Amino acid sequence: MVTLVEIAFQSLAYASVLYLVSVGLSVTLGLMGFVNLAHGIFAMAGGYVVATAISAAGAPWWVMVIAAPVVVALGAAVLERLLYSRLYGRGELDQVLFSIGLIFVAGAVVRLTFGPLPQQLRLPEALLQSLEVGPFSFFLYKLVVVAAGLAVAIGIHLGIERTRLGAMVRAAVENRGMAESIGLDTSRLFTATFALGGALGAVGGILGADVFSLGPTYAFEILVYVQTVVAVAGLGTLRGSFLASLLIATLQTVSAYYLPAFGTIILFSAVFLLLLARPRGLFGRIS
Amino acid sequence: MSDDVSTAERRVPFAASLRSKHRLRPAELLPLVAVAIVPLLGSGYYPLATQIAITVIFGLSLDLLVGYAGIVTLGHGIFFGVGAYASGIASVHGWGDPVSGLFIGAAAAAVVGVVQGFVVLRTARFTLLMLTLCSVFLVSEVANKAGWLTGGADGLTGVMTGPLLGVWTFDLDGRTGYLFSATVFVLVWIGLRGLVHAPFGQSIMAIRDNPGRAEAIGMAVRPRLLIVYTVSAAIAGTAGALQAEIDQFAGLKNVGFEISATILVMLALGGTGRLYGAMAGPAVYLIAQDLLAKINPAMWQLWLGLLIVATVLFVPGGLSSLADVFRGRGKR
Repeated sequence: MVTLVEIAFQSLAYASVLYLVSVGLSVTLGLMGFVNLAHGIFAMAGGYVVATAISAAGAPWWVMVIAAPVVVALGAAVLERLLYSRLYGRGELDQVLFSIGLIFVAGAVVRLTFGPLPQQLRLPEALLQSLEVGPFSFFLYKLVVVAAGLAVAIGIHLGIERTRLGAMVRAAVENRGMAESIGLDTSRLFTATFALGGALGAVGGILGADVFSLGPTYAFEILVYVQTVVAVAGLGTLRGSFLASLLIATLQTVSAYYLPAFGTIILFSAVFLLLLARPRGLFGRIS
Repeated sequence: MSDDVSTAERRVPFAASLRSKHRLRPAELLPLVAVAIVPLLGSGYYPLATQIAITVIFGLSLDLLVGYAGIVTLGHGIFFGVGAYASGIASVHGWGDPVSGLFIGAAAAAVVGVVQGFVVLRTARFTLLMLTLCSVFLVSEVANKAGWLTGGADGLTGVMTGPLLGVWTFDLDGRTGYLFSATVFVLVWIGLRGLVHAPFGQSIMAIRDNPGRAEAIGMAVRPRLLIVYTVSAAIAGTAGALQAEIDQFAGLKNVGFEISATILVMLALGGTGRLYGAMAGPAVYLIAQDLLAKINPAMWQLWLGLLIVATVLFVPGGLSSLADVFRGRGKR
């Protein structure tokens, strides 16, 4: 029983990280149709900004968790304006290559600046303890991660479905020409959406620094997991992302507990079969 | 692509236009010249030239898929790796003949290609990309875990490549290896050139440009794509087998996502959908890597990344399309 709760909690914490890291890609890939393999660079940027600010300037972790995503969002907006926006509507080959090139550049910059070794992201002392509830024990930091994941999931859902801005984004994605002809500035909407995706990725990179270690190859290592979440969730949906993250995280955590040697094989076989049976993913509207 | 055919060409019958496209242009002999020059440079260049020849064969096989059939894959390393392991394993078990080793590699890769292609080609675009991505992680993890067969993370040791045709041994300065690789490259090039200019190759391009219309005029789209996929896998397997024979080693680096992404990058740098792009890309990439990566690997990665981004943005046809600009023909 204790193990079961432990597995469930670990899965939920890991799912939250996966969700945060990949939800931004659900927006760019799922809604805007851009095959952006380089989404992980935003998570990497977030992690490095926080790690550096804490170790070099002694900035408090709590502040940086909010501040770093803002910085990354600005960077993402600039990238979108300068580069990404030129490739909307190009074939997926061009988009794949462009994003691979971007990963190389980001990895090289990180390696030239911080060296080849992974960076440590120091967590606040207050979170490095366990919360005991009866026979169960929960790591406080992981609880924060889960809370952040859930909060973002709910926020995204409400924001996209219930707010005026969300409606504008959906309209621009559904039919860009029509949205423009009724007076929406779609290119600014896309930039803002892209920046939001980058910011969420940064939050994921910061909170997940203990799961995916912050090295120069971060974006490449995380790539397949991020893409998998989006593919399993399906394109054109944001609601599916959390469930897809939860499924993948549970599968990985359970196999890590019981069949550690075959974790990778189980995961990719499962995803492969799922995509064959449902090429659009679990909740996808477009293929 | 078909829009660029000038009106003068449009009046001649299709068979004649095919024949005129097939005619050998003088510039196409440049690769042969390059192949012939290497031995004159001295034996120090054999290893690099051999690597270029092998990578170009691999690049040509990917170009057949990406450039001609329009199938974007992130998992082409599977076939290279299967070819490498197949010929390496044959060699470990006493079958070290290099020529038949290539056929073993090609056959193994073709079998994997026909099975995997049958499954993944039911999908398209992003789903296809994801399935190839999952496949490459699966295959490399299987190669990692099946240590009794593949040597696992340590790689396959004890590969012994026998003398070529029973006569020439693979010497230390790499001359035999180079001449062997260059010969295989020329044969693959001639074969592929024939294939893409043949009616079959033209039909593949028709499918790429408009699958719906190709289907409507009676083409069996999926079987044709499966044939191309299998041929491409076999050629990639040949390249992998060649690599294993030259290195006398096969390992996880021959099979993973990294090599799949790298070959795609090389091909795109050269330009897809034209056999000469698949030659120019790997050659430029490997020579630049040889010059730059020795000095500082991180700087090489930076320049490479910038070059890729700039190519995609400003020269979508790749480096080899610049040749058209010089000839004043404009965009391909």
